[in-house]
Amino acid sequence: MRESLAKTPSRFFLHAVILLLVIVWLLPTLGVLVTSFRSPQAINASGWWMVFSKPFDFTQYTLSNYENVISQQGLGRAFLNSVLIAFPATVFPILIASFGAYAFAWMRFPMRNFLFMIMVGMLVVPLQVTFIPILKIYNFLHLSGTFPGIWIAHTAYGLPLTLYLMHNFIAGLPRDLFDSAAIDGASPLRSFFSIVIPLSVPAIAAVAIFQFLWVWNDLLVALIYLGGSPRVAPLTLTIANLVGSRGQAWWLLTAAAFLSMALPLVIFFSLQRYFVRGILAGSVKG
Amino acid sequence: MHETGIWKRLSSAPGRVGEFLSPSPRLRPWFYVGPSLFLLFLFLVYPAIETIVLSFYGPNSHQFVGLANYHYAFTDSTMVTAFQNNAIWLVIFTIFTVALGLVIAVLLDRVRYERVAKSIIFLPMAISMVGASVIWKFMYAFKPEGVAQIGLLNQIVVAFGGKPIAWLIHSPWNNVALIAVGVWLWTGFCMVVLSAALKNIPKQLLEAARIDGANEWQVFLKVLLPLLWPTATVVTTTMIVFVLKIFDIVYVMTNGAFNTDVIANLMYKQAFLFGNYGRASAISVILLLVIVPMMWINIRRFKGQMEMR
Repeated sequence: MRESLAKTPSRFFLHAVILLLVIVWLLPTLGVLVTSFRSPQAINASGWWMVFSKPFDFTQYTLSNYENVISQQGLGRAFLNSVLIAFPATVFPILIASFGAYAFAWMRFPMRNFLFMIMVGMLVVPLQVTFIPILKIYNFLHLSGTFPGIWIAHTAYGLPLTLYLMHNFIAGLPRDLFDSAAIDGASPLRSFFSIVIPLSVPAIAAVAIFQFLWVWNDLLVALIYLGGSPRVAPLTLTIANLVGSRGQAWWLLTAAAFLSMALPLVIFFSLQRYFVRGILAGSVKG
Repeated sequence: MHETGIWKRLSSAPGRVGEFLSPSPRLRPWFYVGPSLFLLFLFLVYPAIETIVLSFYGPNSHQFVGLANYHYAFTDSTMVTAFQNNAIWLVIFTIFTVALGLVIAVLLDRVRYERVAKSIIFLPMAISMVGASVIWKFMYAFKPEGVAQIGLLNQIVVAFGGKPIAWLIHSPWNNVALIAVGVWLWTGFCMVVLSAALKNIPKQLLEAARIDGANEWQVFLKVLLPLLWPTATVVTTTMIVFVLKIFDIVYVMTNGAFNTDVIANLMYKQAFLFGNYGRASAISVILLLVIVPMMWINIRRFKGQMEMR
């Protein structure tokens, strides 16, 4: 009895603190979501929280901001570019890294451990040290400002992590699997496709989500290799430019920001388990 | 007879593909790791070495200038400000993300709606730093006194009788305003990792301490914290590597104006606005050198894992 009395105020305090934290974490995003559906005049006349004084008055909401950014500010094109960049830049590194991880885990070759150490070391290398030499090569080969250019760059930059994670998983598969496959006369290529890949599906899903979000949300790599070409620029780059040129046009910025968040949020809510796993696994990448 | 011949040829085709990919067992592994190693060396190892070389040359990489670029990097006033700001980021961002992540993980462990609350704190991890910058620029929006505020923070300030604040202009507090965006984005990450470690601690251990008369605060300090320490160190190194390279938030929200610049943004400006490859290379080499200890920690941790297998 005495215990529960002593506990009640502290329980109340606990819930209050958590509620406060949740509100702090939710309000900024909510503000942008609400604002993106208000008219430009309303946005500048009153704070977005004022819509809650009469939340069911639907005349105060409009889709015109979205129409504007998609058709006139080039966000529609940018969304398509983000898709065209992110999907190949997710598939390529996983494909290449799976082969590499399989060999690092189950084949013997000279300098194997040394090469793998270099790979692990590359995990945290700041990409900044690579930009100038790569850009010189890219300009020479006319790869800057093109989709293949950014696919290859993202594939290479994503490799250390995807290879490291795939290796962790593939190295953990039981040895008996490979032994019995070899006894049955399966070639290494065959065991790769019929044993390694099917068993690695959960790992591939987690790595794929991490790599996809990394590319989708990337600004820096796009800025360096696609910076001068608005035609191929992804959402992040287009929005960063919009902030620079129309910094106070909140009706455009909020709609644009939300458009860029839509797909990641869908992935977040529908594949949360893999999403968390991917982020946790990818945490070694800086 | 003729048909079996074709059949034989066909059935051996996959074997031939295999042979093509692996002319001899000794060469075979290189076909598997080759593409990875090629890209790794071309895009990471070679450019890093080339950048170190370029850092000793002039703007156009023609003339050897010795340590001049490094002298610039350590003495120029914009660089010194950037180093200071990176130090502020390093301390505040790292402490707040790890400590808040830890506190939230421990608090949420005691309530039934843990999953929902965790999702909400983790949600910003799905958002790009560009998106987060727009979200928070709007939170910090400033209107002069007497006009209706549209930024939530200034509305709160005004509601308590204060004057609206230009959050992103007044140095050094504008740095803290930028760091808050980073903390909002990354606390969820620290929370999830630490929470996973927390779930692995047997409940009996905590109960035993309580039965011995420890209060909740003592349980946290004497039992939970020491057990969570290894995980907290890993999370801390991750945050440090991340924060040293911080770029997007500063680039989008202030682009370094009002004394908010950071090393990564100055590297970008030197290379792509001023076209000074020598200085840009020197700055990125400094960034690399600061991160090398973390690289070393990673490799050692990995070696430890290898030996355990």
